Amino acid sequence: MSELRKTPLHALHVELGAKMVPFAGYEMPVQFKLGVMKEHQHTRGKAGLFDVSHMGQVILRHEGGYAPVAQAMETLVPVSLLGLGEKRQRYGFFTDSSGGILDDLMMTNRGDHMLVVVNAACKEADIAHMKAGLEGIEVAEQRDRALLALQGPAAEEVLEPVAPGCDIMKFLDTGIFNSDFGELWVSRSGYTGEDGYEISVHATHAEALARHLLAHEAVEPIGLGARDSLRLEGGLCLYGHDIDTDTSPVEAGLAWAIQKARRRGGAREGGFPGADRILSELEEGTARLRVGLSPEGRAPMREDTPLFANDEGGEPVGRITSGAFGPTVGAPVAMGYVPAELSRPGSRLFGELRGKRLPVRVTELPFVPTNFKR
Amino acid sequence: MKFTEQHEWLKPEGDEITVGITEHAANELGDIVFIELPEVGTTVAKDDEIVVIESVKAASDITAPVDGEITAVNDAIVDEPGKVNEDAMGEAWFFRIKPSDPSQMDDYMDEDAYKTFIG
Repeated sequence: MSELRKTPLHALHVELGAKMVPFAGYEMPVQFKLGVMKEHQHTRGKAGLFDVSHMGQVILRHEGGYAPVAQAMETLVPVSLLGLGEKRQRYGFFTDSSGGILDDLMMTNRGDHMLVVVNAACKEADIAHMKAGLEGIEVAEQRDRALLALQGPAAEEVLEPVAPGCDIMKFLDTGIFNSDFGELWVSRSGYTGEDGYEISVHATHAEALARHLLAHEAVEPIGLGARDSLRLEGGLCLYGHDIDTDTSPVEAGLAWAIQKARRRGGAREGGFPGADRILSELEEGTARLRVGLSPEGRAPMREDTPLFANDEGGEPVGRITSGAFGPTVGAPVAMGYVPAELSRPGSRLFGELRGKRLPVRVTELPFVPTNFKR
Repeated sequence: MKFTEQHEWLKPEGDEITVGITEHAANELGDIVFIELPEVGTTVAKDDEIVVIESVKAASDITAPVDGEITAVNDAIVDEPGKVNEDAMGEAWFFRIKPSDPSQMDDYMDEDAYKTFIG
């Protein structure tokens, strides 16, 4: 097994007493001293600082500027990128020829080029995919930059003195700020369902910036454990679990991320891998759908718990893809795939746990209302 | 008091044994969110999985340390699983068992041996 990679904040995590675990080829903090439950609640109540430097930051460039990059990327993702405003960020996914999802990512129009952020576990494959699929485009991973996420209702007041003007940014706005910590690439986004920012900083300044943010009384360091329960309560997909090459964007409930321009009858209809399947699913629906699930008891139903239509007999009709205890909800929460006819909120299914079938109800996502600055 | 390799503590009281999990185990598990206990009156065999513990991280089992009959369970930790993180060695005991063969207790570690075991 190859050695685990370390982010520029590794030494700080260890100093702060983090429990370090292997994750996507990196040694990452799963929790700090507060523990998962309190870290989760602290993020929803005040502000949490996450190290997401393991994710891939990639700049896509063409001598013709942003438009040719956007045009090329539209052949890999079913998202309108030519329609993305300057300094705006958009969520999307790479699809494969059978309409499955290769990875999900964030894309930003940076005026004369595009910045994309991809998942750690997929980044090598994503970069190879872009290099192969984007003719004439320079694909440059920014390996000398760290990425921090500052999430929670206090994020704005914490970051404003560091990046003056970041307070007027709205959800999915981005900006470049000159700061005491060098050039910061800031987006008003994140993956917790809370307001907040993602801040790309040069590796040489990353630890100093993290220490500065942590010195604010509202901020605590947060590990991957709470990141997972926060995103789950926020109804957000985790790649490799809720979405993968076996799930289409429409099955995954991500049709909202496919703008009109890329749909049938749109100005730039199709033209991405798997378009035939995805465009027809957008009109005709799918046999199964990703839904929120609330187990009725107190026992969490975790990934791979089989779901049944009845309390006895029959074959599984679905499966849980993410499940945990939701600290803000105060009860177990889960997501999974169920047949379309059982996907309406309120529908009752049964999850099989330790040989027992326990009732679980389809619930509207997100479990916790999002708190984005619109 | 005796300890098992599965991080249970066993406290003999009269002809019964009170069983809980160690503070070390509670810390390792992280915030505990769900506990399922056996029913009082159940006859169990050593190594039967009789308790389910779920923390924010994962599910794990506790097995019966000896053959015997469950004589009491601590419903308070079912209602508030977080108590185990607060007072694993005291208030947050799990169950009492009446062993049918008390000599099975002899195999378990004393406190010093357990401390060595967890390092």
